[in-house]
Amino acid sequence: MEFTRKNSRQLLSKIATNDGHGENSPYFDGWKAFDSNPFHPTQNPHGVIQMGLAENQLCFDLIKKWILENPDASICTAEGIDKFRDIAIFQDYHGLKEFREGVAKFMGRVGGNRVTFDPNRIVMSGGATGANETVMFCLADPGDAFLVPSPYYAGFARDLRWRTGLDIVPVDCKSSNNFRITRAALEEAYEKAQKSNINVKGVIIANPSNPLGTVLDKETTRSLVSFINDKSIHLVCDEIYAATVFGSPRFISIAEIIQDMDCDRDLIHIVYSLSKDMGFPGFRVGIVYSFNDDVMNCARKMSSFGLVSSQTQFLLAAMLNDEEFVGNFLRESSKRLAKRHNVFTKGLERVGISSLKSHAGLFFWMDMRPLLKEQTVKAEIELWRVIINKVKLNVSPGSSFQCSEPGWFRVCFANMDDETVEVALERIRDFVLQGKEKNHASEKSKHWKNQNLRLSFSSSRLYDESLMSPHMMSPHSPIPRSPLVRARN
Amino acid sequence: MTQTLYSRTRSPEIEKEIAGGGGGAAMRVIVPLQGVVQGRGGLVLGSIIPCALFYFLQFYLKRNRKDTDDQNNSNSSGQNPNPRSSSYGKLSELPGLTRSLSRGLPSPRSLRGPVFVSGRVRGIVKDSDSPYYVGLRRAKEDPYDELSNPNGVIQLGLAENKLSLDLVKHWLADNAEQAILRNGKELSISQIVPYQPFDGSMEFKVAVAGFMSQVMEKAVSFNPSQVVLTAGATPAIEILSFCLADAGNAFLVPTPYYPGFDRDIKWRTGVEIIHVPCRSTDNFNLSIAALDQAFDQAKKRGLKVRGIVISNPSNPVGNLISRGTLYSLLDFAREKNIHIISNELLAGSTHGNEEFVSMAELLDPDDSDRKRVHIVYGLSKDLSLPGFWVGVIYSYNEEVLAAAKRLARFSSISAPTQCLLVSMLSDAKFVQTLITINRERLQSMYAQFVAGLKKLGVECIKSSGGFYCWADMSGLIRSYNKKGELELWDKLLNIAKVNVTPGSSCHCIEPGWFRFCVTTLTEKDIPVVMDRIQKVSETSKLNR
Repeated sequence: MEFTRKNSRQLLSKIATNDGHGENSPYFDGWKAFDSNPFHPTQNPHGVIQMGLAENQLCFDLIKKWILENPDASICTAEGIDKFRDIAIFQDYHGLKEFREGVAKFMGRVGGNRVTFDPNRIVMSGGATGANETVMFCLADPGDAFLVPSPYYAGFARDLRWRTGLDIVPVDCKSSNNFRITRAALEEAYEKAQKSNINVKGVIIANPSNPLGTVLDKETTRSLVSFINDKSIHLVCDEIYAATVFGSPRFISIAEIIQDMDCDRDLIHIVYSLSKDMGFPGFRVGIVYSFNDDVMNCARKMSSFGLVSSQTQFLLAAMLNDEEFVGNFLRESSKRLAKRHNVFTKGLERVGISSLKSHAGLFFWMDMRPLLKEQTVKAEIELWRVIINKVKLNVSPGSSFQCSEPGWFRVCFANMDDETVEVALERIRDFVLQGKEKNHASEKSKHWKNQNLRLSFSSSRLYDESLMSPHMMSPHSPIPRSPLVRARN
Repeated sequence: MTQTLYSRTRSPEIEKEIAGGGGGAAMRVIVPLQGVVQGRGGLVLGSIIPCALFYFLQFYLKRNRKDTDDQNNSNSSGQNPNPRSSSYGKLSELPGLTRSLSRGLPSPRSLRGPVFVSGRVRGIVKDSDSPYYVGLRRAKEDPYDELSNPNGVIQLGLAENKLSLDLVKHWLADNAEQAILRNGKELSISQIVPYQPFDGSMEFKVAVAGFMSQVMEKAVSFNPSQVVLTAGATPAIEILSFCLADAGNAFLVPTPYYPGFDRDIKWRTGVEIIHVPCRSTDNFNLSIAALDQAFDQAKKRGLKVRGIVISNPSNPVGNLISRGTLYSLLDFAREKNIHIISNELLAGSTHGNEEFVSMAELLDPDDSDRKRVHIVYGLSKDLSLPGFWVGVIYSYNEEVLAAAKRLARFSSISAPTQCLLVSMLSDAKFVQTLITINRERLQSMYAQFVAGLKKLGVECIKSSGGFYCWADMSGLIRSYNKKGELELWDKLLNIAKVNVTPGSSCHCIEPGWFRFCVTTLTEKDIPVVMDRIQKVSETSKLNR
């Protein structure tokens, strides 16, 4: 029998062959543009600057210093090696006790020490990605749905749905009230789902919000809790940006909110991670913290599918239990984030670009509505392509976060150094000022620009799959640059 | 008449068995029944009566199950133990019996009651009561230690290898500082902390591919670009299961098999496992005839078989699959147009004279059947590093690799661990020493343990790989069925304080077999274990 390509596809599952991974979406064009032509201050000063990656690189120096000062923590010295035997064969999916204690303590500290987390409820998972998926596997069956306030993290579409078979029902939030989550919007989305015979299993929110960078205030969170409590559905709080808050009001964990609320705690679940708050995405540490014993036990058994290596647990246990280091790190990190956020938003304000008021996250929500030709998603995408291909900044358009209003963009600011920030700001300023002049420009030049755009877009077809996973972050990307891109330079 | 009476009195028991363990458990009842009836009425009756009984019980259970399911569905949508397969609703287990619609339909979304967790939660609660997990827990709570806890439970149920840890430790003491810290001078934080490729760094893939061919004694060379790395073999197997089968499809898996497969292959994927029984008369070797039969049975049940999962060396038996059988397996897979997942986790832990043959060795570069072969490997067994959670998918199918790379996002290996292991695996001299010495120690440990059991009158299947003795203790069980086996297991755990894995946890079709993992012990532990087993075996013999 001929084992053709078509035949082999038929032999694979739907999950292996469908688009659930989301990497075929046009939004990955920004990543492709970056990967094919990454900016470097000296080697490629006209390259694309990556502003689509929520990575916290501002405190690498502190981490590096700690690792060098504590070599035994990496089981890499004569002192550390004595622990090796226990570490190497440690395969209990509960995780090292010290690690769980360290994480629980850290979570408490990030929440302002107003609530303590029980180390025995800490469940490991493969990054926040794995943690979110695990919670979904535990809470819902294929065909069920979760309400997600929009705009929401683009990866939710994959993490919550791909392998679990769930659906997402967006809850539209509007700029008119600063994208706040209202009870009315929740009710509306819930009713609508009910009418279309969709079984809503819960609500999932990110607090602080990705992409908005805002923090939920106490009242909003309380009304959320009473909503899910009334409907008897679950609430999953993704708090992976908790320690990136750099202003007031402070971050309030859901764990603190429910302390003095009359609600069914079995419905409350927290997802946490060290990828953003500590800037450790390479460590792949995700945490599920559920107040529901069944969910906790189930998630723990599922953690076998994404465990953190015992070597890394050991390293982190030492680091997170070093209170002096943690305190210093958190202070310094939020100071640096605040400064960077300020440089960016103030710099943009000077050219008349405003952004949503925010004080958390590794990004802000830029308002480009005045620059849209018309208030449509199509116009937003058009503008976005210009920003990627002409301005050469990979920012993320609001529509990729299912934002219901066109013209908003997420701009990440913590994954670059100060020099790059200056270049990025300069480019945006030039672009905006040019745009103001362009209003007087002729039809002809506009036409030329469009053509150019189309050309550069087609060049991205050269790059496939693995590129889209964010692993080419180094400015020295080994990927050969497209001849088309080079020609344009 | 006596026969019918006997059968009737036994029927509640059968029912319980079926409800608890599925078809495999029922077979364990039928085998002893055959024995009883044979003496009185001959072979034919002995076979027909239990079969008929089984058929009617299925019928009876089906009707009962329909009722309970209806109730479940009206109560809550999340109460169905296997929601995925039910929502696909293509299953019909017996010819002539259509599957009841209540199970076939997706959960009725309009009906709302108290909303609870997903069906998977309920599935696992049942699972953790299985002797395999109960034993592991007991041994963890009260671990034996010669000095500090001499009456504790001796762990023989967990497949970990402590025999060669000293070698790994020495290597780390000499080299690890260099591996991560680079003498403190050039610690490259950007290689450790930020996002890395989810399916493993290229350096690590090169190192792992090199290690694999070294373990397989250079018989095969592995291409790093065909490697996807995951956080342990467990996600590696699950990812392949997700890639190769839809919920409601099935894999053929020879029994006895590793108890964790029920979790890894089935739990979240909704994929089914069809048992392919191997028997003691064949030394538990896989027969293509049994495979054929299982395939046909699955087809009759309306199940779509998507592949075969083999373990070579086998866990729990420890035998190797011969080159001839591997070729027949390939032929079988080609004929049925299905995949082969070859779990070769223990490839480097062979200790006998038999030759280990990797599935990879059989495949010519231009063989179009390569696309159906997927190898699972890991560093937990052969490198004695289960805590580091490194699993490997090695596939010849580009589409499977592409999908697996994306799925690896949910279970990636931490970057500092990768850094450390790149250095370790690149040290070819160290790797060679480790493999050689580990084999020697394994062989000696195995021989001593088998000899010890033999003195107690317990025979083991001759094995050439893995960490286990697969022992026939059917002489010590009171009744030749699962119940008898579990009684003995209970005595071993609670009286002798030895945690072993009963064959029924591995879905062995014959009762009385037990898996002893010998690599968790030191040589001086062996007499202690034998003493403890002897006490139980004496009382068992007296009670017979």
